[in-house]
Amino acid sequence: MEEEVSKGILSTRKGKRVILLGNEAIVRGALEAGIGFASTYPGTPSSEVGDTFAVIARDAGIYFEYSTNEKVALEVAMGASFSGVRSLVSMKQFGVNVAADSLMPLAYVGPNAGMVIMVADDPGCWSSAQSEQDTRYYSRLGHIPMLEPCDSQECKDFTKFAFKLSEKFKIPVFVRTTTRVSHERGVVKLDDIIYGKTKGFFKKDLKKFNIMPPNTMRLHEEILKKIEDIRKISEKTNINYIANQGVKSNLGIITSGVSFNYVMEGLIDLCIKLPVLKLGLTYPLPEDKIKNFIKRFKSVLVVEELEPILEEEVLMLAKNINPKLRVYGKKTEHLPKSGEYNEELVIAALRRITGRELGINLKIHKKKFKELKIARRFAVLCAGCPHRATFWAAKVAAGKDTVFGGDVGCYVLGMMPPYYTQDFMFSMGASEGVIHGIDKITDQKVIAFIGDSTFFHGGMTGLVNIVYNKSKPLIIVMDNRITGMTGHQPNPGMGRTGMGEKTKEIKIEDIARACGVKHVKVVDPFNVKKMIKTIRKFLNKKEVSVIVAKRECRLLTIRRKLRGDERLHKYEIDQRKCKKCGVCLFYFACPAMYQTEGEFHIDKNLCTGCSVCAQVCPYKAIRKVKK
Amino acid sequence: MKEFNVVIAGTGGQGVLTLMRIIAEAALRQGYDVKTSELHGLAQRGGPIPCHIRFGEKIYSPLVMEGEAHLIIALEPLEALRNSYYGSKENKTVFLVNNYSIVPLSVFITKEIYPPLDEIIETLRNFSTKVITLNASGTVKESVGSIMPTNIYMLGYAVAKELIPLEKRFVLEGIEEIVPKKFLEDNKKVFELGFTEDKI
Repeated sequence: MEEEVSKGILSTRKGKRVILLGNEAIVRGALEAGIGFASTYPGTPSSEVGDTFAVIARDAGIYFEYSTNEKVALEVAMGASFSGVRSLVSMKQFGVNVAADSLMPLAYVGPNAGMVIMVADDPGCWSSAQSEQDTRYYSRLGHIPMLEPCDSQECKDFTKFAFKLSEKFKIPVFVRTTTRVSHERGVVKLDDIIYGKTKGFFKKDLKKFNIMPPNTMRLHEEILKKIEDIRKISEKTNINYIANQGVKSNLGIITSGVSFNYVMEGLIDLCIKLPVLKLGLTYPLPEDKIKNFIKRFKSVLVVEELEPILEEEVLMLAKNINPKLRVYGKKTEHLPKSGEYNEELVIAALRRITGRELGINLKIHKKKFKELKIARRFAVLCAGCPHRATFWAAKVAAGKDTVFGGDVGCYVLGMMPPYYTQDFMFSMGASEGVIHGIDKITDQKVIAFIGDSTFFHGGMTGLVNIVYNKSKPLIIVMDNRITGMTGHQPNPGMGRTGMGEKTKEIKIEDIARACGVKHVKVVDPFNVKKMIKTIRKFLNKKEVSVIVAKRECRLLTIRRKLRGDERLHKYEIDQRKCKKCGVCLFYFACPAMYQTEGEFHIDKNLCTGCSVCAQVCPYKAIRKVKK
Repeated sequence: MKEFNVVIAGTGGQGVLTLMRIIAEAALRQGYDVKTSELHGLAQRGGPIPCHIRFGEKIYSPLVMEGEAHLIIALEPLEALRNSYYGSKENKTVFLVNNYSIVPLSVFITKEIYPPLDEIIETLRNFSTKVITLNASGTVKESVGSIMPTNIYMLGYAVAKELIPLEKRFVLEGIEEIVPKKFLEDNKKVFELGFTEDKI
């Protein structure tokens, strides 16, 4: 992980220009604001915020942890801030749903030292399966100010500003990115790092912390007043500014976040200049600034990804100040209501409004491409992934009607052909809750697949419910000794903290037993026969059972072996024994397998030597390559 | 130069991100504004990984627009095809394609088509003014025993043939900044090897 973090992140050379990932720039901004405490639960596209802290925390002299889930991550950061140390917590959009229960009262009570909540949305669902949630609604729901940077430089600047705002008004502040902001690399000009407080003191203050009625109502009034005070800042700050000011035109553009970049590029490519109101502090909105901007136009185009939040606000503000104003956007179908935006979409909207043409006809261009048939390249489980072995065993052992409950992690790929071992997937830990309901109401056998980190995150309460309310699923915890999909963060099962210290290794099998599960077994998924046998046996139990399928993520094994100059064994297919049944490729589907001129082969560049294909082959035609 | 747009196409594990980061560092050193875009998470698990790099006087968007790429470096032929619409004759796009195929499982499981290499090249011509194919992985494997630094060899070739407006010394500095020490020697070796390739 260390090699992946940009070297400039801790540079002390003020004024130096370095390339930082958006997420790294957020960390740098926090360091320049004097942060002392950071926490997270990893989730793409926010993960590198925590991962960067994990690498630099020790050198920067601050505390960092991977918490068990986003709610806990928020709460630990609250504890630090209440005790006078500036804190930042980062998460992906769904994490806010998990944390929301504590977030709402936190907004009322307010932090002491500055507290920033970094959240990354994912328009286009590049790395979020479940929904295209727009987290901007949470700022309105909880009265939590929100900043929306458009690039790496702003990620740094806005995070710094967020800390100032938070500390001054004693209110938590959101810094909200989207995938293209978090995962942009761009030039960032550095300022000085401030070494803030890392040690604090919790001063008892029941006047502040008493969140019981009637005090709650008083706090509600207070936060509404804070928001109105911050609105005054929103009106004045140059974070909300007009680009191309002074340009005479009947048409203006209002935008925020990454969309601003697409607008600016689109204007350049279409060779037009229009005034653009760029909003960075988007809650509370600078209503007067917007009114002043829109009163001089015949029409405005609002460009924002996901929900039409700005558009609705502009429509409302226009009613008084400029009732004839035409507001183009999602509601007029000039821009799509879902999915990610890009320059092409902005140009299409501007072409419709202004009649301007681009040098190249994008429609004809794209048509030429769309006529091509290009074989899809699905995301797949890696060669040697232990999840594939577990899925194979489950498919062999379970009957046709067995319900496979799915959960969040790399194993969600079990939903794809040829495995079909995830009949549904909702949220972290949901496999157990849903499967319990199915077990109660049907006579089908049920299996819940859940990863190790996901089990610690949201699976433990579901397991207690299963035992307490007496259903009989088989729960297979796919323990690959790491949080895999988000980029290999440690979790409570590993015996190592986010700062690299040794800690107690919490064993999933111990938790299962402590919850009252009688049938618990740890099985290595690379032992295919044993895994099939255990699944068969446990599926016939009249009570809940748990298998911990324990085997390290193959990427980690490979990395460790390469570092130690150890060689990986490779496997090959003995063409004399091979009966061309295709089980290895069509049903086991390891990406190292391929077929050419009717023969099946293993690509030695890709094989990681897990041996499972050799166990799966019905004709024992796969063998280890002799050195 | 107003702007230069590069798309790097490849699959997980081919060093697409590393290549992108090196080019970005080199562009910064040469005094340009630069922005890149990449994808993480689910997309990385053996899926296609398109990376965009834009550098020039002032860059707003991290994404290359359709038809506006000047150079498309494809570490895998099918991925060149998947990203072909970023190229266009209007923008005189050059495709630099490694001829090393990684056949996706969909070809075997859902019987989708992986076209022959010459057919891919023919199609790419509709989106460019020049397509160069290299036996990059083959040459690299022969030189250092592993196909891993194929990306750096192709970068060496691109710099040598001036397909990308970056000076060699800045690119070398970028390599030193980004590539882990352990692999630095091999990487520099194949970078220089890219300069010896005669094919135009």
